[in-house]
Amino acid sequence: MSVNRRDFLKIVSMSTILSIGGVASVSSLKNQVEASQISTSPAALTAKRWAMVVDMSKFKSEQDYQKCIDACHLVHNVPHITDNPKHEVKWIWTETYEHAFLGNEDVYRAEKFQHMPFLMLCNHCENPPCVRVCPTQATFKRKSDGIVMMDMHRCIGCRFCMAGCPYGARSFNYKNPRPFIDESKENPEFPTRMKGVVEKCTLCYERLAKGLQPACVEVSNGALIFGDIEDPNSAVRKVLSERFTIRRRPELGTGPSVYYII
Amino acid sequence: MLEKAIYGGRRYWVWIFFLLGLISVGFLAYLYQFKNGLGVTGMSRDVSWGLYIGQFTFLVGVAASGVMVVLPYYLHDYKKFGRLTILGEFLAIAAVIMCMLFIFVDLGQPLRVLNVILHPTLNSVMFYDMLVLSGYLFLNLLIGWTVLGAERKEVAPPKWVKPLIILSIAWAPSIHTVTAFLYAGIPGRHFWLTAILAARFLASAFAGGPALLIILALIVRKYTKFDPGKEAIQSLGKIVTYCMLINVFFLGLELFTAFYSQIPGHMHSFIYLYAGLHGHNQLVPIMWVSSILAVISIGLLVFPQIRKNESLLAVACVATFFSLWIDKGFGLVIGGFVPNPFEKITEYWPTLPEALITLAVWAIGFLILTILYKIAISIKEEVVFDKYGEKQIKAE
Repeated sequence: MSVNRRDFLKIVSMSTILSIGGVASVSSLKNQVEASQISTSPAALTAKRWAMVVDMSKFKSEQDYQKCIDACHLVHNVPHITDNPKHEVKWIWTETYEHAFLGNEDVYRAEKFQHMPFLMLCNHCENPPCVRVCPTQATFKRKSDGIVMMDMHRCIGCRFCMAGCPYGARSFNYKNPRPFIDESKENPEFPTRMKGVVEKCTLCYERLAKGLQPACVEVSNGALIFGDIEDPNSAVRKVLSERFTIRRRPELGTGPSVYYII
Repeated sequence: MLEKAIYGGRRYWVWIFFLLGLISVGFLAYLYQFKNGLGVTGMSRDVSWGLYIGQFTFLVGVAASGVMVVLPYYLHDYKKFGRLTILGEFLAIAAVIMCMLFIFVDLGQPLRVLNVILHPTLNSVMFYDMLVLSGYLFLNLLIGWTVLGAERKEVAPPKWVKPLIILSIAWAPSIHTVTAFLYAGIPGRHFWLTAILAARFLASAFAGGPALLIILALIVRKYTKFDPGKEAIQSLGKIVTYCMLINVFFLGLELFTAFYSQIPGHMHSFIYLYAGLHGHNQLVPIMWVSSILAVISIGLLVFPQIRKNESLLAVACVATFFSLWIDKGFGLVIGGFVPNPFEKITEYWPTLPEALITLAVWAIGFLILTILYKIAISIKEEVVFDKYGEKQIKAE
């Protein structure tokens, strides 16, 4: 088949017009899809900035901590890596006082405080260094409620955020995490991750969207108090105005949103 | 000009195939890492950067150090460096390519590397590092190639290169400053959070890079008819001497601040590196090797009589290079992660696959360097053919 110049130009111009139109219609469709994805349910819990208070007096036994940890790790399909502690992935865990609150060492402090385990999780900083250093915005601070989010599909695995976080809150998938998730207990509603990306606590954004409290808060029997720190009438603000609380390394200017009552 | 690289003697081809062999082994190791993830390295949740990022940091310095021959030649009209500039520029090209490869092999999701460009993030130092490194690579390729091409035709280089050369002189310190900013702006890592880090990086770069260049120049003189010039090498030796002294001085400043203030966080990384902390002391031997090599290099370099002996100068340069390679390519990165944010210690040591991949990236660098030097030297041999380079220097 031979094509003369006139026909060739016709074909080229027609296909150009069609493809531009196609791109435009696909992108408008994409916008609609995205819009429907982020439209919130009326039941969703919302805040200007979420915060959490950990009331240590309510943690009586090892099980009280473990309940919170298990609830989080199960609902988020966090792999349980036991063969190599270097590859451990954790979103919420415990550290003793002396390790959690650096710079507050005092050898004469009562033993029970010194070795008291504290629940550790992402501080969802007001001014998060991990977000500042991320080269792809794979970790970002959600404008609507201040949650420091993770886009595990955008993360290139450079681990700059892990160097940047002064709280050791981030884990990297040094290997495929899926074999380390108990299939019988896997939560099909939350995505599993692949190797080579960083993950951490995202304050149960997916549960908040459905009107549910974060998983750890739900099972804590009131030991974890969760609410909007910018709302003067919220549960967290009430506790903060009444009790003496501390935060981890506030001197760094990160503005951590997790408070502790001892 | 590339055709010059395919004519070579037996020794040339043995060397090329040796490098290709190292690259193949490393490539297989990389496929293994690609399939299984970065868990095949010695890195961990606590020490999340290791040998790769250390090598990257060190090599940015080597790349930047090209300016140490380009600046005196073009800005101070120091003719004796005329024969070294192309060697400096081509070393910079090989070093920048190695830097990029080290970043690439360090990524958990390497296929997503373009996300850095697709989602440019102006608040991330990594974004600027990508910009300055690719800019520097481009400048050196363009300048090196154009100037060499002009030399081959025995004409003066085109006028438009001069502004680009000036730009590249200003650009060189920027690549290493930005690389230092990757570390120096991170809150909570005392070892890196120091204003002198960029200055220390530049001092160590301007010692280690020229030291490598001296070794390369001596090798070039030994195995080819091209002589980069005795006086040029001596001048470079002076640069290595001063910069090594400044580097050790800067390290001393760090030690003073940490140990006179006695702030635990400032002292811990140094104690871990040089003495061991809480019974963890895996890095102590190599950090002391680095310190001893630094003492040897300075001991040889500061005395002009010793430095003027080229064999001793070569020994001093090898000592300088390896001292800084350990200090910056290893200790600096690991020291920042130990102890971790909970004052606990996880140690790091590279694994075999990690070492093979690292070796392969160096082999790629040396392959590029060999090919570029082969081209440059073939042209130089045609144009200037006198053993000690006096003719060309006098003519200028």
